[in-house]
Amino acid sequence: MLDQKRLHLRAAFFQAIRIFFQNQGFLEVDTPIRQPLVIPEQNIVHVPSGTHFLQSSPELYMKRLLASGCDKIFQICRCFRYGERGRLHLEEFVMLEWYRLDADYGDLMSDCEKLFQFIEEESVGFEFPVSPHGAWEHITVEQAFQKYCSVSATQALQEDRFDLLLVENIEPYLGQNSPTFLYDYPLQLASLARPKASHPEVAERFELYMAGIELANGFSELTDSVQQRDRFEDEYTQMGVWGKGQGRMPEFFLRDLDKIDTAAGIAMGLDRLFMLLSGQDTLNAAVTFSPDELDM
Amino acid sequence: MFAASDLRKGLKIQIDGQPYVITNFEFSKPGKGQSLYRCKMRNMITGNQFTQTYRSNEKFEKPALEERKMEYLYNQDDEYHFMDTESYEQTFITKEQLGDNVYFLQDNMNLDVLFFDDRPIGVTLPIFVNLVVTVAEPWAKGDTSGSDTKPVKVETGYGLQVPPFVVEGDKIQIDTRTGAYVTRVKE
Repeated sequence: MLDQKRLHLRAAFFQAIRIFFQNQGFLEVDTPIRQPLVIPEQNIVHVPSGTHFLQSSPELYMKRLLASGCDKIFQICRCFRYGERGRLHLEEFVMLEWYRLDADYGDLMSDCEKLFQFIEEESVGFEFPVSPHGAWEHITVEQAFQKYCSVSATQALQEDRFDLLLVENIEPYLGQNSPTFLYDYPLQLASLARPKASHPEVAERFELYMAGIELANGFSELTDSVQQRDRFEDEYTQMGVWGKGQGRMPEFFLRDLDKIDTAAGIAMGLDRLFMLLSGQDTLNAAVTFSPDELDM
Repeated sequence: MFAASDLRKGLKIQIDGQPYVITNFEFSKPGKGQSLYRCKMRNMITGNQFTQTYRSNEKFEKPALEERKMEYLYNQDDEYHFMDTESYEQTFITKEQLGDNVYFLQDNMNLDVLFFDDRPIGVTLPIFVNLVVTVAEPWAKGDTSGSDTKPVKVETGYGLQVPPFVVEGDKIQIDTRTGAYVTRVKE
């Protein structure tokens, strides 16, 4: 359980984030946490809730709000992912997501820099492990694999070593002198992101790291509903559920997607960020009640 | 069988026919990626350690481990003999397998013996044992120059640091989990 000092710090943390987005002209929104249909993702197990599922991310509904005419929106909400439990994982956690119309992943990177600088300047009592001022490191996924593993990202994927190498040989070195953007992911690792026009084999997706810890995942949105439908079908196929009556398409979402020209969106794990800024090294010590402190 | 999602610190699993205990565990999952389970493990027979990262589709056998209540009888060279307090069956464990625990064994001590596939592989001692100090520097009363502790040896040959006032012939209590001095015991 957080002590009085950290409870106040956590409240100040959420407040600083809200003020930042309001100052930037973003609208705070809320969307359903319980969803009858969740988008297919091989590596996420959703928590059932009656006939529905608890959200693993609010992204579908945030994008439908973009389609409805919102141009800058943000949300701070609870997300749930079954079986993800460790020093840096909780099955229930707090996510910040924000979306911009007529923007790409470069605009989101710039938002990240401004957000961290704002938190650091406006609030007292936060300890940034690295300064958010000054230039942030930018390194592509391909460069990172070459630099830290002497292997191409494509080869790592073919050999099914991509995640292992990323976690063990690359992540520990990211965000150690400044926050780091790891960007331009192989297309098959970004099922909702737009291919890069100049390099169509990669998607305009990035992850933000600080002190070796992954904090956020953002991308230029894929807004072509035909391509998006194909990607969902691929994902269902890899999960082995396509064609067995289990993989349903989010038709409202696909219909609304066509109303968006260009957009970009990002999800940031706020418990992890607060963990770093409050000088802790485990999520258990950064949330109001850790799972171990709940009545069983 | 255990699934990868069952892995956690303290869990005992079987790999290549050997029992291992997980001494360190970390779950990780890169954004949108696979779950990875990084385990540091100790072989419960040899003590050898290694680290391995597993993925969610891997399965693990449960080792056939059993603890039995036994009494320590005697040692003959490097063989330490124990008797099951229920069945009166006797067995022995080698000095090498006992490691530092040999220093804390006392005749007729009751303890738990761990068996793997009906083979004894280790013991769980009582938390505290009382042993007599056999070698110690004399204590110069009022000595304020020296350190807070001094080295001594006890009857089993075990050496440890104790407060300066402990002298030869004293009986002291030792924590068998850490091997550290606890207190002097009055007879």
